[in-house]
Amino acid sequence: MPKRTDIKKILIIGSGPIVISQACEFDYSGTQACKALREEGFSVVLVNSNPATIMTDPETADRTYIEPITADIIEKIIEAERPDALLPTLGGQTALNVTVQLAERGVLDRYGVELIGAKIDAIKRAEAREQFKQTMETIGLEVPRAGYAHTLDEAKAIVETIGFPCVIRPSFTLGGTGGGVAYHPEEFERIVKLGLELSMTTEVSVEESVVGWKEFELEVMRDRQDNVVVVCSIENFDPMGVHTGDSITVAPAQTLTDREYQEMRDAAIKIIRAIGVETGGSNIQFAVHPDSGRLLVIEMNPRVSRSSALASKATGFPIAKIAAKLAVGYMLHELANDITKQTPASFEPTIDYVVVKIPRFAFEKFPGADPTLTIQMKSVGETMAIGRTFTEALQKGLRGLEIKKDGWESSGGVFSPDVLRQKLSVPTAERIFYLKDAFAAGISIDEMYELTRIDRWFLRQLYTLTVEEEALRKAAEQMRACADAGAGQGQANAVEVLRRAKQYGFSDRQLARLWGVDEATIRQWRMSWGVMPSYYLVDTCAAEFEAKTPYYYSTYENPMLQLGGKGREPGGGGEQQPVPHAPRPTPQTKRKVMILGGGPNRIGQGIEFDYCCVHAAFALRELGIEVIMVNSNPETVSTDYDTSDKLYFEPVTLEDVLNIVHREQPEGVVVQFGGQTPLNLSTGLAKAGVPILGTNAEAIDIAEDREKFKRLLDELALRQPSSGTAMVLEDAVLTAHSIGYPCLVRPSYVLGGRAMEIVYDDEQLRRFAQKAFEASPGFPVLIDKFLEDAIEVDIDVIGDGKAFVIGGILEHIEEAGIHSGDSAMVLPPHTLTDEIVGDVRAAGIKLAQALKIVGLMNVQCAIKDDAVYILEVNPRASRTVPFVSKAIGVPLAKLATRAMVGLSLREQRFTEEVVPPFLAVKESVFPFSRFAGVDIALGPEMRSTGEVMGIDEDFGKAFLKSQLGAGQLLPRSGTVFVSVKNRDKRAVILVAQRLEELGFNLVATAGTVKALQRYGLHASPVKKIHEGRPNVLDLLKSGQIQLVINTPSGRLPRADEVLIRSAAASLGIPCITTIAGAQASVNGISTWLKRELGVRPIQEYHQMLRSV
Amino acid sequence: MSAKLAWLVLEDGTAFRGRSVGADGEVFGECVFNTSMTGYQEVLTDPSYKGQIVTMTYPHIGNYGVNDEDVESRRTWVEGFVMREISPIASNFRSQESLEAYLKRHKVVAIDSVDTRALTLKLRQQGSMKCGISTSKQDPEALLARVRTSADIVGVDTVQQVTCEQPYEWPASGPHTRHVVVMDFGVKYNILRQLSSLSCRVSVVPASTSAADIMARHPDGVVLSNGPGDPAAVTYAVKTIQGLMGQVPMLGICLGHQLLGLAYGGETYKLKFGHHGGNHPVQDLSTRKVEITTQNHNFAVRVESIPGGQVELTHQNLNDNTVEGMQHKTLPIFSLQYHPEAAPGPHDARYLFERFIDLMDSVHA
Repeated sequence: MPKRTDIKKILIIGSGPIVISQACEFDYSGTQACKALREEGFSVVLVNSNPATIMTDPETADRTYIEPITADIIEKIIEAERPDALLPTLGGQTALNVTVQLAERGVLDRYGVELIGAKIDAIKRAEAREQFKQTMETIGLEVPRAGYAHTLDEAKAIVETIGFPCVIRPSFTLGGTGGGVAYHPEEFERIVKLGLELSMTTEVSVEESVVGWKEFELEVMRDRQDNVVVVCSIENFDPMGVHTGDSITVAPAQTLTDREYQEMRDAAIKIIRAIGVETGGSNIQFAVHPDSGRLLVIEMNPRVSRSSALASKATGFPIAKIAAKLAVGYMLHELANDITKQTPASFEPTIDYVVVKIPRFAFEKFPGADPTLTIQMKSVGETMAIGRTFTEALQKGLRGLEIKKDGWESSGGVFSPDVLRQKLSVPTAERIFYLKDAFAAGISIDEMYELTRIDRWFLRQLYTLTVEEEALRKAAEQMRACADAGAGQGQANAVEVLRRAKQYGFSDRQLARLWGVDEATIRQWRMSWGVMPSYYLVDTCAAEFEAKTPYYYSTYENPMLQLGGKGREPGGGGEQQPVPHAPRPTPQTKRKVMILGGGPNRIGQGIEFDYCCVHAAFALRELGIEVIMVNSNPETVSTDYDTSDKLYFEPVTLEDVLNIVHREQPEGVVVQFGGQTPLNLSTGLAKAGVPILGTNAEAIDIAEDREKFKRLLDELALRQPSSGTAMVLEDAVLTAHSIGYPCLVRPSYVLGGRAMEIVYDDEQLRRFAQKAFEASPGFPVLIDKFLEDAIEVDIDVIGDGKAFVIGGILEHIEEAGIHSGDSAMVLPPHTLTDEIVGDVRAAGIKLAQALKIVGLMNVQCAIKDDAVYILEVNPRASRTVPFVSKAIGVPLAKLATRAMVGLSLREQRFTEEVVPPFLAVKESVFPFSRFAGVDIALGPEMRSTGEVMGIDEDFGKAFLKSQLGAGQLLPRSGTVFVSVKNRDKRAVILVAQRLEELGFNLVATAGTVKALQRYGLHASPVKKIHEGRPNVLDLLKSGQIQLVINTPSGRLPRADEVLIRSAAASLGIPCITTIAGAQASVNGISTWLKRELGVRPIQEYHQMLRSV
Repeated sequence: MSAKLAWLVLEDGTAFRGRSVGADGEVFGECVFNTSMTGYQEVLTDPSYKGQIVTMTYPHIGNYGVNDEDVESRRTWVEGFVMREISPIASNFRSQESLEAYLKRHKVVAIDSVDTRALTLKLRQQGSMKCGISTSKQDPEALLARVRTSADIVGVDTVQQVTCEQPYEWPASGPHTRHVVVMDFGVKYNILRQLSSLSCRVSVVPASTSAADIMARHPDGVVLSNGPGDPAAVTYAVKTIQGLMGQVPMLGICLGHQLLGLAYGGETYKLKFGHHGGNHPVQDLSTRKVEITTQNHNFAVRVESIPGGQVELTHQNLNDNTVEGMQHKTLPIFSLQYHPEAAPGPHDARYLFERFIDLMDSVHA
């Protein structure tokens, strides 16, 4: 059966902003799906509020609505577009949830929109836990013993039959939000209450605990004819009890016999049939009891997921692309295997390597948050590594994590065996490193198993690494001696030792430390001894068929020898030979450029940078230049093998990048798009003689070196807040005194405002300067005058070395002091005078000229008393590039890339700044609901995970859309709780007045009530938390407050403020923490009350720009 | 870790230096690769691998140890075993022994630390070839010379080396309603287990049993089992099958299917490097449905060579369009090139045993 011809137009819902548990894997999946459907001639209508995605590029879909993903808005889009079908399985939980709402409201029926992929009843059977359990029972599969409760009392009745510990999971939430394991009644009550509040259906399950059981996942695909294939099996290193997103996971499964694996496969096939996912992919999780093999079904996601993205990258089977084609009627066997082209997609990939995924966390950004890993996901990113063995892949993964570990290393602490035992028994991000310390402390594998329940097979692999490392350490002298002695038998032995070390995944840096030499020396030994990596293909079939797709990973294998006089020549097929000596590039060879990605997502370095890398790849390919992509993030579009000509799935470290450079000999490397990760490698690359494309290294150095940069600003007659640096604490105090408080303290070379603080006195300065020294050891701490109440502005500039054009000028909505990555921004500036904007523009161009920017540059400045101060310059693509590109209808990263390979801006016809006749607002999205008890007030340290774009003809509506898109569901009526610090009391009056005029009721604490009364405003008083009950928390929890306006009283906020803000965040009540934010919100609500929000695709906005 | 050296040498002079991780000795055979990620114990005990040295493409082998239940015959059959890395530990609740101990106990010569991907690519590009593993003589050039003079698999009847010596009954799993005689060309236990679980009494007879002796057992059906080697060399079995045709419903599996092809008067041929794994798509041409199958064969039937349009093609391999199943147009006989009994591999094709039961019943009715 070929594709359906009765449908023409398909609506796809994206997953919205990047949040914990819903990250760029949905951009990867969604982009694949859009491309696949358009390839088949379907018209694709897309809705996604996230501008930093490739999916929302105007070329990806036919009509792209960058609008909030709410049922109201999507109904309007359906009304305008009249799609024939809706494909709800590509936008994560967000898309499924909103689809259920649309169906329940009758919208889909009303407009005759057919659900394809999964029907409503299938979605409900998979997602509503009670229905799921019943369905499993009917097909003879076991689930953990459990009950479902809609009230606390019901829950208590269930736990009496199940006992402690038990697991509580709310139905219909993201990534297990609100779930947890309860070990006693008090904990039980707390988790159940929260779970009921967070569940869309006020339903939680209370389950038998399977903590410590082995955890597996299968990725399954089904077509319309009921053909089913299992794409990938995954075994979790961390057993049940840790969310799979927070676990180290391994593909394929390692410890199942064929019998057990096939039993699981049979179960998975039964499940996808019984749930009734008609076509597409599903992820099914299983728990296996380690001693009895009892198999339980844990859950099923009837859609593409983080795991399906991982499985796609791990096997080369593009799940989302195939799922999209199955949804429009194709059968698996009618589609080709993308990698071999010759064989069909109706097969099960088999792999001849091991894949390890390791999560990346950001607990340092959320002081006070509980770092224990539970069934609620907390990681913000992940890295994937491929090796021929588990040990090799694990070590590659750990160095690719970029947490200052060069592989499997010690935690860095010194602990007694008892402390270690305790640390092993609690799952945390560091547990993998404590295991190393535990081996050193002589704790046995059996004891480690009892403490961690990590399968002995994995522990035994770690033990092998311990043994190997010890042997390497002992070989130090021999290695150094052999290197000195030159060729001979001794050297042949040394070559064996080195190759063996590389086979176990030891990095050059680890070896350098073990052998007392530097990293460059190890590299030099490797080069001269021919210990270079082979690059093997990810080919879906373990080499059974020829692969057409160059998707590589590195490994070090023993050489294949050729007897009969040919000697020790590496034989082998063409694909995998190590290159002992780099080929000399010949003039006829095609131009080749390498792009370095950003590695695992983290706060401060996320999808925006991947977007830029992908655009660079597209631009170069359009020019006929061969693109080599290097990255280790499995979630991204950049690591889709379709994005570049060659994909190297490798850690973005100097060693790994230089190895690829050695093999590929590109004409240059692009480092300015992947964020700080590749930029940090630029010095090492330059030292190794690798040409860096774009802005030259000298200019990068000027921008990053405080003294040189100061001199440059003086020469250009640009202002800068007074500043200084210090290498020791006492100098920091002196510097602060000479500058005057308040000051901004921060470390060198970090992204995302890590350890950045505003300080008002010596005591605060000492504390935070110390932290800054720790964050960037060996580098100076930077101290700047903090400009209070200034307006901050971001400028993105593009240059070709001679001509420079403003990409966009963005005015921050919150006042200075809040990290630019967390601040809401508006383009074009809406409160600045033309004169100021002119000054800002001139400053941006001047700086670009002086630094001879080739590519992109971002300038951050502050406006105080009508004067422009330059805060910092980043000679690279910034986080705002995708947002600006979408707002001005110009793909800046593509233009910048072309400039880097020699095309002038004039040749590219971009010579003038585009100022749109509409407003675009960028709002940030925060993970506070994951970190109970953490203060949500914003500060100079970036904590947002993602962003949304609100776009409309006036500021009020654009801002409102940005809020709705970010999940800040501003009310149109109801009660507002107002409580602000003294300095804001005056400013809040205007806000309160507007709210009262708009018909809202006001509630405030005693002090604020009085202040409001003086201006004739009525507010009902409410008790502070310590004043008794009912207090403000009670009102929040009982749903009597619809909006909170609460500004922090100072750097060290009072405990009850934090409680209020954190409660609002976990209850989903919008909470505004700045006056500027409050003003903008009231502005938005007021426009909304006058007129309903309209929708318009980005293609139409871009049409407006062209007609201006 | 023991670091005893072993060499693997292919007849074209390709050589790998690795670690001896099984029994000591020197063995020769045809080098093939298997792409299953699980099921090494089933592979080791599958009689169809007689005469072959098997390379596992998945790098970690032995992770879950071995046990008494997951065997496919009374002993191991591979001539030698090649791995990237044998597990130093067996981790599974059913494990009774480590793979290394099992290999030694069963005297299987095995080598690890081999770049099995490079080896597999070689076999894919140049086709399967003879090879040898030696743990004793550390002179690869001399080993190469012995590999080149070692016996060839083509034209050799290896069935005689694996078939049972005496007829036997497979233990019943309950009351039976039909009687199936299985011609043992190297049968895998899971074929017997499957038939038994479908209420069949299962009698196994040696490959050389005559048609008359089989019919004397009054079977409701005959299964022609899988087995090793070149079907063209098993001429006596072809005769037996010709004698059974028209007398009793038959199901041929793998070698049994190839022998049927010959019995119909057709030809078989050797594939470049064969099919050995658990992930090949096969389409049932009557339902158009696709099943994921277990494959283990080096020879195939040239269906167009079967005279007189006696048979109909029923199943086809979607990777390379080779014949996977055929059915006689008038007689109650069908056969499969692949393995409905799986073990190791997916269970998608198990329905074919039920189809055989239905076929037997329809003949009775």
